[in-house]
Amino acid sequence: MEFFRQRTDIPFMRHALKFNIVSTLAFVIAVFFIVLKGLNLSVEFTGGTLIEIGYPEPPRIEDVRQALARDGYPDAQVQNFGSAREILIRMPNRDDLDTSRISERVMSSLAAAPGPAPELRRVEFVGPQVGKELATDGAMALLLVIFGIMAYLAMRFEWRFSVSAIIANLHDVIIIVGFFAFFQWEFSLAVLAAVLAVLGYSVNESVVVFDRVRETFKKKRGMTTPQVLDHAITAMISRTVITHGSTLMMVLAMLIFGGETLHYFALALTIGILFGIYSSIFVASPLVMWLGVSREQFVKPKKEKEEAVV
Amino acid sequence: MNRYPLWKNLVIGLILLWGVIYTLPNFYGEVPAVQVSSGKATLRLDPAAVSGPIEEALRSAGISHTGLFADANSVRFRFDGAEAQIRARDIIERTLNPDPSDPSYVVALNLLSASPNWLTRIHALPMYLGLDLRGGVHFLLQVDMPGALTKRLDSTAGDLRTLMRDRSVRHAGISREGNAIHLRFRDSAQRDAARSAILNSTSDLQLVDRDDAADDLKLIATLTPQAQQTMRDFAVKQNITTLNNRINELGVAEPVIQQQGLDRIVVQLPGVQDVAKAKDILGRTATLEVRMVDDTPGALEAALAGSVPFGTELYTERGGLPLLVRRQVVLTGDRLTDAQPGFDGQTNEPAVHLTLDAAGARIFRDITRENVGKRMAILLIEKGRGEVVTAPVIRTEIGGGRVQISGRMTTVEANDVALLLRAGSLAAPMEIIEERTVGPSLGAENIAKGSNSVIWGFIAIAIFMIIYYTLFGLVSVIALSFNLMLLIALLSLLQATLTLPGIAAMALTLGMAIDANVLINERIREELRNGATPQAAIHAGYDRAFDTILDANITTLIAGIALLVFGSGPVRGFAVVHCLGILTSMFSAVLVSRMIINLIYGRQRKVAKLHLGQSAN
Repeated sequence: MEFFRQRTDIPFMRHALKFNIVSTLAFVIAVFFIVLKGLNLSVEFTGGTLIEIGYPEPPRIEDVRQALARDGYPDAQVQNFGSAREILIRMPNRDDLDTSRISERVMSSLAAAPGPAPELRRVEFVGPQVGKELATDGAMALLLVIFGIMAYLAMRFEWRFSVSAIIANLHDVIIIVGFFAFFQWEFSLAVLAAVLAVLGYSVNESVVVFDRVRETFKKKRGMTTPQVLDHAITAMISRTVITHGSTLMMVLAMLIFGGETLHYFALALTIGILFGIYSSIFVASPLVMWLGVSREQFVKPKKEKEEAVV
Repeated sequence: MNRYPLWKNLVIGLILLWGVIYTLPNFYGEVPAVQVSSGKATLRLDPAAVSGPIEEALRSAGISHTGLFADANSVRFRFDGAEAQIRARDIIERTLNPDPSDPSYVVALNLLSASPNWLTRIHALPMYLGLDLRGGVHFLLQVDMPGALTKRLDSTAGDLRTLMRDRSVRHAGISREGNAIHLRFRDSAQRDAARSAILNSTSDLQLVDRDDAADDLKLIATLTPQAQQTMRDFAVKQNITTLNNRINELGVAEPVIQQQGLDRIVVQLPGVQDVAKAKDILGRTATLEVRMVDDTPGALEAALAGSVPFGTELYTERGGLPLLVRRQVVLTGDRLTDAQPGFDGQTNEPAVHLTLDAAGARIFRDITRENVGKRMAILLIEKGRGEVVTAPVIRTEIGGGRVQISGRMTTVEANDVALLLRAGSLAAPMEIIEERTVGPSLGAENIAKGSNSVIWGFIAIAIFMIIYYTLFGLVSVIALSFNLMLLIALLSLLQATLTLPGIAAMALTLGMAIDANVLINERIREELRNGATPQAAIHAGYDRAFDTILDANITTLIAGIALLVFGSGPVRGFAVVHCLGILTSMFSAVLVSRMIINLIYGRQRKVAKLHLGQSAN
């Protein structure tokens, strides 16, 4: 079976400007929502307590809320988690709260409340000092990834490639985060891991295209830069679609079977993979072109051997 | 040209065989077991001494165990069924703890891997599952370093007062202000005398002069950075040791107690559901008491007969001898500033050196002067119950706060005693700053969800690859399954913790790994399209795709390593699997798939057509 039997190169670069305008727009919108709405950060970053409770049959959320309010937790958020039989309780850190006893006290007050008997499934308590650290560590990881990849690409290819790849892929990252801000999905450590994994993965996509660009520059003479880029992208389009399709199948399996815990992780990956294809083709390549890549940068002029005169 | 030399085939084959063997233990599941660990801080578990009587008792009861495993802290017996396990537990309990009210050992039910002994012997163990997969409690504890520092400075201030008095240096007050000790003097001659006295007696303090007024001269003493560092390391290590002793009591199969960062301790208790009890144990404080031994003739005999004289208590010494101790407390652990194992300066016998603070030294001098020739007992009080750590005889009056306990001790014992003394006096307070509890049902669910994702994703990719690339697709899928196997084998070998994010990383890595094979297959198709012969196309396809695969994987690896360096908790679990998966996928996608392709096509002199799912041009 073959999906792509492209004999002539698709003129991607002719539309480069339009795509870049679309990208810039998407980027601006994403930034706008991140600034406007902010992220719905998980307990890991904000500090607080999270308790997951399972019931044999669906409890009334209102009962749970009342029981908690009566026992001194009026600021507890209660919501269903995954199914109607599971609930998630979130509580912010407060100075007057004895954090080490929260889970026991919540369980005893819920057991006393009317309705089915609760079963403790999961507790996460994060103290205020840990949350801040996790946020800085996350930022450090992001910086390390950016500089690491830029340095490697600059070494293997050319600074123009490394700059374009990073810009294209940061654009992906911002768009994923923009989605999380817009829908107010929970941004947890796992999502951060997914975002960074996507960053590595999308760069990989750009690398594959750049590899082909370099090869085409070296082999084929007499092609203009846009033609070279078009040729490279067209040659790789089949592989791009199949690879991303395969990875997407895996990620969708996670989205379907992975349950609530992996949900946002898989969602971040799905968005990241889809935008990864787009940005490698329509963002990275035009950028390379505009940064002024040319054949001379890859084909080293042959040094004339000096004849020794005896 | 498409043939690997024999050695290359052999090496790849051996690596795959290794992968099969180390993956195996993961398929055997777990069987019931009984675990024995020490139940008292003062009791060190000796596996050889304990397992003998247990085996004897089990044999006489007609229960056979299927394996004995011993490590430094516990002995574990494996059984065929739950029934044998429960019966064995009761028998072992009776054998080891004749007195149920004062158990010396903790006997707990447990699960052990059911893999055959030969696998266990070559250290082929199942993957180490994280708490989110097996259920249990995770705590992150922060050691209160400022608190420990304050405590240390307070006792140092006391020591300095004593020093000044001993050297007859007149001062106008010594007090702790924040993280420094201020010594006040009226004239500079006294201050100079004080400075030299301090510098001669300790190297832990650094001194700075400050003149607030002509008659208000100050010497500001702070701990040197080295001394602070030592103190910090010491506080964390001390707390870890104490925690180790206490957690044994819970009978947890594989507790993890590790230092994290400068001043934090991670405690993971797999399988523990009783969080309240776990917290009690973590938060418990032990105290140390020094009391006098009652050696009135006949009193001990009377006590043993059942009538303990008024004002005394009956204890058992290390070694099993009974000891009658007065209730009155002479000195508590607060006065002890240090306890170190070492050697007697004259006899070279193992000894424990204690350091008392100024007030403690005074009390100790008085008590030893009045009781030469008598015995004192040092007790560790935990859960309201005391244990005799040591009961030395007082030989002479001891002044100056430096005490040495020696005689009838081995080096190991000296170490233990020092440790216990510190446990009761020096442990810096700790605070729980992170807690994660996962119920057992959620753990099992997480495993099912994670593995379902991997399996279904894998099947989807396999079907697609085989339809799209036919034979080459099949080879890619075989290579991908070897990749999964090697990844599991590697995780089992390293005993890296597998968490739910780790399983997610496994799925993601597999999804990404197929990229290499897609690149290769596409390249071969392209070469064919450009008119290469089948053999040349295979060769060129693998060769040219390799550079791209390498570049692509290295960039992904950079992201993985960044996560590994800066990630903690769930992110780290993800990163470990992700990084390992990139390495195994390079191997299997390039070398293994090439080997299979070579075996299929490499031997044929003339290949008419490659089964690559490509329609004729």
